[in-house]
Amino acid sequence: MDRDDAMQADLEEGTDDRRQGDRRQGGRRLSDSASFLSERLSAGPVVITGICGRLGRRLARQLHRDRPVIGVDRRPFHDRPKDIEFHQLDIRRKKAQDIFRNGDIAALVHLGVMHNPRGNSEEHHSWNVTGFQKMLEWVRRYNVPKLVLISSANVYGPRPDNPQFLTEEAPLLGAGAFSEIRDLVELDMLAQSFFWKHPQTETVVLRPTHILGTVRNAPSNYLRLKVVPTLMGFDPMIQVVHQDDVVQAIRLALRPGARGIFNVAGPAPVALGQALRTLGRATLPLPHAVARRGIERLWNLRMTSFPAPELDYIRYVCMVDDSRAREVLGYESRFDLTSTLKAVDEERWV
Amino acid sequence: MRGVPGSAQNPGALLRHPLLARLTDFAAQDVIPRAQRAYGSARESFEDATVRVLGSDFDARIEQLRARYQRMGGDPFGLDPETAKLALGIVSIFHRVYFRADVHGVENVPSGRVLLVANHSGQVPIDGVIIGASMFLDGEPPRVIRAMVEKWVQTLPYVNVLFRSLGQVVGVPENCRRLLELGEMILVFPEGTRGISKPFSQRYQLQDFGLGFMRLAIETDTPIVPVAVVGAEEQYVNLGNFELLARAMGMPVAPVVPQWFIPGLQMPLPTKYRLHFGEPMRFSGDPDDDDSVIEEKVYLVRQTIQALIDRGLRERPSVFW
Repeated sequence: MDRDDAMQADLEEGTDDRRQGDRRQGGRRLSDSASFLSERLSAGPVVITGICGRLGRRLARQLHRDRPVIGVDRRPFHDRPKDIEFHQLDIRRKKAQDIFRNGDIAALVHLGVMHNPRGNSEEHHSWNVTGFQKMLEWVRRYNVPKLVLISSANVYGPRPDNPQFLTEEAPLLGAGAFSEIRDLVELDMLAQSFFWKHPQTETVVLRPTHILGTVRNAPSNYLRLKVVPTLMGFDPMIQVVHQDDVVQAIRLALRPGARGIFNVAGPAPVALGQALRTLGRATLPLPHAVARRGIERLWNLRMTSFPAPELDYIRYVCMVDDSRAREVLGYESRFDLTSTLKAVDEERWV
Repeated sequence: MRGVPGSAQNPGALLRHPLLARLTDFAAQDVIPRAQRAYGSARESFEDATVRVLGSDFDARIEQLRARYQRMGGDPFGLDPETAKLALGIVSIFHRVYFRADVHGVENVPSGRVLLVANHSGQVPIDGVIIGASMFLDGEPPRVIRAMVEKWVQTLPYVNVLFRSLGQVVGVPENCRRLLELGEMILVFPEGTRGISKPFSQRYQLQDFGLGFMRLAIETDTPIVPVAVVGAEEQYVNLGNFELLARAMGMPVAPVVPQWFIPGLQMPLPTKYRLHFGEPMRFSGDPDDDDSVIEEKVYLVRQTIQALIDRGLRERPSVFW
């Protein structure tokens, strides 16, 4: 509760804090006026890591009309709009620092969280944690006034004793059942401690629920299956959010003054079975033990990239209360349930 | 698909085998429609029976419930009026026919958020079910009681879906608070297992009350309606607690009910239920006060329920009618 209140207080005093922070940091900034700051915050260049993901590209396409966008990714950026500056490099490399050193960066949006359960876990961990730590270091050193991390509601973890709607204060227990989410929990925590240690940067952590759309993440891929396996006798309520709602939430988080942790959910929750009926999918109900063992076997045979413990997502609830995002950020979901669900079937090659 | 028809390497061809094709045709054109018709007519005749027993009022009440949750844009906890209808049908028959429940003072229950606090008795929590049926059949407007269930229920296949569809939620304080904010009705048995598995010799003696419900009521400014259930104690006669067995099985209690060992008598005895709803009680103060302060307030509720029970016992002509 205290932490929450403090964050709210911070939010109100955001601009004052920032000015003090600038004085402390000294040097770089020529003008000290709040209007200059807020102008810089809302119009200065934004660095987006992981820009080549589908969510990153959607965000970039919306943002680059209003302000300079600088993309960083290891992957190539096809059909890149001409005015987006793009660096194809590893964020852990020293070269990535030059981006911050050369430009007066107004914000960093960190989308470059790797989640590939098949990948080498050491490399995975180093990419995620070391990479993000480097980012934080540069944000601090070059006095970037805004940091946005896209975490996930999965950090809370699906559990039988979860309250129906988790608030931002709920403990991050997601890594208890499966270690693949460990990196994300760690990143979330790093961003939280950065929030407190460096008040001169407005830090925002967004925790969206299952993002649906043309994105290639586990929930969208799952709903895209022709025959969807479900667990016999389990039909939890789920929350989904349209990818463009998430893009909208990121844009709101980039506005001057916004800081703190925010859950982001889409339309009203729905039972998983109802969602699958809306999509007209055939389902294949399997007993949990069979499904678990089958997926473990397939996993060992390298025939699936779906880790067995993640079955808990279609077994228990993991839903969030996003009233803080709605009140403080002014976020609202613009897609209804049906269009959010149907978004997984949209043309994927955009 | 290419390949020699019927070869083992080609499962598609195997599916086109004439015998298999004839079997699937038979299943699709004969067995399945017939089963569906049988299921449909069984369901229809069951629904007819419920209307005959419960009156056409039943459907109107279901409609009121459905409208309520539609106005809310669907229940965020996953209550499903269709499933609830079926369950309420069965429960209502128990309420009206089997236990012939008499309900007094149901008009005391406010229409907004409310905590019903009742005595717990009868070895099996039928008392909660009957209170729920009363709120649906006799309450104005008809309402569904939202109860808190143990978290391990969530791990049981099918049971968890059934409970969710009936509006039952995981018993954590956040859920309780949220339900009250939505203006729902919550039933609490502050005696817990201490109350429900009392031996017959202690019937109608209230056990110690937990304090959680009072803190919640004060925090959310929710009125408390005391409820006395008379008639549940006699449905199963408990001769005592088999402590060795309880400890060995890791159960909270192992009541010794002779009736359960006689074939055909597993059903509860058809006692007459009498429900007494008291006047709503409101409490104020600091929800985080010392236990001793909260205990005084809980004591008031407990005394009110005991008085309602005593009056009910004095007034009833018999256990069975």
